[in-house]
Amino acid sequence: MKIYVCVKQVPDTETKVKVAEDGKSLDERDLTLILNPYCEFAVEEGLRIKEKLGGDVTLVTVGPDGAKAALRSGLAMGADSAIHLSADNARMADSFVIASLLAEQIKAGAPDLVLMGKKSVDTDMQAVPPMTAALLNLPIVTAVVEAEWNIDSAKLVREIEGGKERYEMAYPLIATIDKGLNEPRYASLKGIMQAKKKPIETKTVNLSGETLVIEKMSYPPVAQPGKIVGEGAAVAPELIRLLREEAKVIE
Amino acid sequence: MKDLLHFDELLSDDEKLIRQTASDFIRDELEPYIEIWFANGEFPQHLVKKMAELGFLGISLPEEFGGSAASPLMYGLIMEQLEYGDSGIRSFASVQNSLVNYPIWKYGSDKQKKYWLPRLAAGEVIGCFGLTEADFGSNPAGMRTRAQEYANHYILNGSKMWITNGSIADIAIVWAKLDGELRAFLVPTDTPGFSAREIKDKWSLRASVTSELVFEGCQIPKENILALAKGLKAPLSCLTQARFGIAWGALGAAKACLNAALNYAATRIQFDKPIGAFQLSQEKLVEIYSRLIQGELAAWRVAKLKEGALFDHNQVSFIKRNNVELARETAKSARSILGANGISAEYPIMRHLMNLESVYTYEGTHEIHTLILGKYLTGESAF
Ligand SMILES: Cc1cc2nc3c(=O)[nH]c(=O)nc-3n(C[C@H](O)[C@H](O)[C@H](O)COP(=O)(O)OP(=O)(O)OC[C@H]3O[C@@H](n4cnc5c(N)ncnc54)[C@H](O)[C@@H]3O)c2cc1C
Repeated sequence: MKIYVCVKQVPDTETKVKVAEDGKSLDERDLTLILNPYCEFAVEEGLRIKEKLGGDVTLVTVGPDGAKAALRSGLAMGADSAIHLSADNARMADSFVIASLLAEQIKAGAPDLVLMGKKSVDTDMQAVPPMTAALLNLPIVTAVVEAEWNIDSAKLVREIEGGKERYEMAYPLIATIDKGLNEPRYASLKGIMQAKKKPIETKTVNLSGETLVIEKMSYPPVAQPGKIVGEGAAVAPELIRLLREEAKVIE
Repeated sequence: MKDLLHFDELLSDDEKLIRQTASDFIRDELEPYIEIWFANGEFPQHLVKKMAELGFLGISLPEEFGGSAASPLMYGLIMEQLEYGDSGIRSFASVQNSLVNYPIWKYGSDKQKKYWLPRLAAGEVIGCFGLTEADFGSNPAGMRTRAQEYANHYILNGSKMWITNGSIADIAIVWAKLDGELRAFLVPTDTPGFSAREIKDKWSLRASVTSELVFEGCQIPKENILALAKGLKAPLSCLTQARFGIAWGALGAAKACLNAALNYAATRIQFDKPIGAFQLSQEKLVEIYSRLIQGELAAWRVAKLKEGALFDHNQVSFIKRNNVELARETAKSARSILGANGISAEYPIMRHLMNLESVYTYEGTHEIHTLILGKYLTGESAF
């Protein structure tokens, strides 16, 4: 089984992000960057499929030079090789441009299975996987929560509002992995040392054709402290007056 | 904790990765339970296998012996994260890596290495290191444990005190005098005449096993001597390895205390302000932080030196003395920031404070490292 896992490097959700001086990008100086947690689920799933059915796992990322660190952590978990589509300004790039680059790479490599994270925790758009599938004309199941991988087909379950959808489909296919499908393994010291010897193929790519422009980034408004009007039924008229006249949330 | 000097820039991706793994391991497997283990005086022995799977029990060993051949810096970062959790788990790893693997690798025969090292790295075998005796701590050269040579074996008599992992070990590296010279023996703990008694009544390193070992006419096969280890230099070379890791471990304990104090200072309100807004709290935090990031840089520098020809045991004495002392002061000061909650088991500080008292004393007391550095500076031995 030839498995591609597309991964993204993202800011750690535990670190506070700062908007850079230009007002439209993130200040990367104090930013901890990690392998997107949903991509980690996808890598783990890829490794489990390999352990069950044999084959190899190749990671693919589009990202700046520093994104190699995310590939290293996937390789240390046990992936066999990696392809780095390198572009300096790829961090916030247009989903369609990323999908086109991935589609081209997937087409060239012709894997049986492509796994991705359900979403990346930075931009949260969930657009790249379906776009990639559409460009390649491949079937896709998103947000997989249960899976049974067999040698020529897979049974996949995704959660939908109020129920579950079940699929059975033949390869090649694309699946995006949701939280809960597996518990990703730690990158062991041995894995990290062995990963040094694993190949990362780097290709410089062009992000031309971008249509999405980030005009401005700003922080969410700071919540105003609450106000206690009083206690008991007696204050209800005053509360209603304030809600109407000050907060202007009721008519 | 903030990274004022961008220490992380000194680390490679792989070094950051192993630090992350060790930190995740501690967060998931140790932190939720450590206060209970500490209170009960229990060592979490089920974590031995897990640490082995992560490669934490054969960090520096060559791959042919089941190790990862990782750099001193990686070793240090792992120790730091383990002790961020608890000095007990770090002590276990220090002993297995530096005081058991290292002497076998450095002073053992090929046969001994092939047999023991892969098992130790896999956590199938637990080791301990017996140097200290009840009457000989800072001055191990005076030890009374003796080996006598016979045609096919040695006979070992004596006892050791304060031995980490003693009661759970499968193999003990025992230092004893043979014809007046200090030698090392591999003593399987099922050898008739060997006994270990756990020291239970202690207020420090409660999540670590500390024992007394007794040897009553233990018959040791000839092949169990570490042939190349002769004289006090040999155990001291092992201690240099372990002390290097302890200097890193102490940073971990200090970081845990500082983080607890920073969080508390931000959320505890007195006189209508977070206590972190008072100048006296800020001074404490700044003092802790300043010393901590200096200690971190020093430890990093020695890790780099350790790979080259300029490495010298005095450098290790410096960081062991400096970093353990700063960690001990950090724990005390951080404890005061938490007020009454500082003594509560809901926060990790008091546990670290108690642990650091052992760390201050073992692997060469603070005073002994002062004398080592005093001798380095003046050329005069004050022992
Ligand atoms: C929890 C724990 C685990 C341990 N694990 C191990 C282990 O695995 N293996 C092992 O072999 N040992 C182990 N030890 C023993 C440890 O290494 C010794 O406790 C240490 O070397 C000090 O020896 P001592 O306790 O006998 O103190 P002493 O040597 O009696 O020292 C008492 C005090 O006198 C000071 N002192 C002594 N000599 C001088 C001098 N010349 N000048 C100035 N001051 C001096 C010391 O600094 C100290 O403050 C462990 C100890 C503890 C507490």
